[in-house]
Amino acid sequence: MVKVQTEPNATLLDVLREELRISSVKRGCEVGECGACTVLIDGKPVNSCLILAPKVEGRSILTVEGLTRNDELHPLQESFIEEFALQCGYCTPGVLLTAKALLDLKPSPTIEEIKEALSGNICRCGAYQEIINAILKTSRKLQGKSD
Amino acid sequence: MRADYVNLVNTHTVPVRFMYHSPETLEEALRLMREYGGEARVMAGGTDLIVDMKLRRKEPKHIVSLNKIRGIEYIVEEDGGVRIGANTKLRSIEKNSIVRERFEALYEAVRSIASVQVRNMGTLVGNICNASPAADSAPPLLVYDAVVKARSIDGERKIKIRDFFKGPGKTCLKDDEIVTEVFIPYPPGDSASTFFKISRVSMDLAKVNIAILVKLSSNVVEDFRIALGAVAPTPLRIPKAEEYLRHKPLNEENLNIVEKIVSEEIKPITDVRSTEWYRREVSKILVRDALNSTIKKLVRT
Repeated sequence: MVKVQTEPNATLLDVLREELRISSVKRGCEVGECGACTVLIDGKPVNSCLILAPKVEGRSILTVEGLTRNDELHPLQESFIEEFALQCGYCTPGVLLTAKALLDLKPSPTIEEIKEALSGNICRCGAYQEIINAILKTSRKLQGKSD
Repeated sequence: MRADYVNLVNTHTVPVRFMYHSPETLEEALRLMREYGGEARVMAGGTDLIVDMKLRRKEPKHIVSLNKIRGIEYIVEEDGGVRIGANTKLRSIEKNSIVRERFEALYEAVRSIASVQVRNMGTLVGNICNASPAADSAPPLLVYDAVVKARSIDGERKIKIRDFFKGPGKTCLKDDEIVTEVFIPYPPGDSASTFFKISRVSMDLAKVNIAILVKLSSNVVEDFRIALGAVAPTPLRIPKAEEYLRHKPLNEENLNIVEKIVSEEIKPITDVRSTEWYRREVSKILVRDALNSTIKKLVRT
């Protein structure tokens, strides 16, 4: 729980980055097209650049920092490393959160469902195939199936 | 750098000073709208309004957020149709089984709007109140003859969706009115509907979008409704095409005439997304594709 006092014209993205110094939430297009600023509110992916700060008063927000438990990477993060699912890494925090929301809802998504879920996350390095592979791999891991 | 590229508009900040109101009841929201009227903007999902404020296209002095108002987020069946509340997110609509089964064109349209993130925030009511000529939910609502319910302190009024849009970004709403609900009557039994849009990638606004509804009796068209978006200052029904095809057999000759009527009735412009010529040409193809797709659905059921 954190308390922040802010002007109403600050976006959630502004508050996370400038006030709370959570720089994993990236500034991208800032019009809701690129997905770099994705966070989860109540488990659902949203663009933090399109949310005014006062709207999230009292809500719980998950950033990529919350995926790690006791210094242990989330299975998604491990799979992303194993599958080289990133180059520059700028889109990665947003992609990871979108992928987590998908797997929480659908533990065994199809490739089509993964593509649909990721339609709001642009990767300018073009690592889409590796990202899809990493999500499929995580799904198998979480289901207890080995490769 | 070209001179017209140099301006102070960017998307990094919301360069507007406003009072943020977050009423907990609709009555209080309506009082605020009466008090601030023309200087206030209603915010549901905010996915359009915040972008417009970042780009200084809109500079409201007051924002009345619907976020904390309970009881306006629902999809319920009633009186021969479904009622969708002002706070109902696009994502909930696309996941709703009634919408998916009975309002195919609306389901297809909502799914085609922006991204999952935006659909988790944005609302159907917001999509129509923003009144973009390219709003993807507008053509389906037009073919279903949806009814918009608007409230002010003085009471409620029902507006036919056909009368709702007045121009780009303009609706028939008064300054102190809030849309609380959209009512969508069930389409006629044994009919099917389809939505299509032409865009480069799924995030894009439509170059042209279309919804049609067809009911056949053997091969004769009993009911035909057609609406297009991004081809005029407002989304349009095309009554001339509807009247022509009703009670006629669905054959190549009639299809050609309907395509021609549609391409003549629309009033597209040339803008960054497309040209007038292309919009007219592609509209013909959309009519054909949407009809084909709808007839396939009718055969399947």
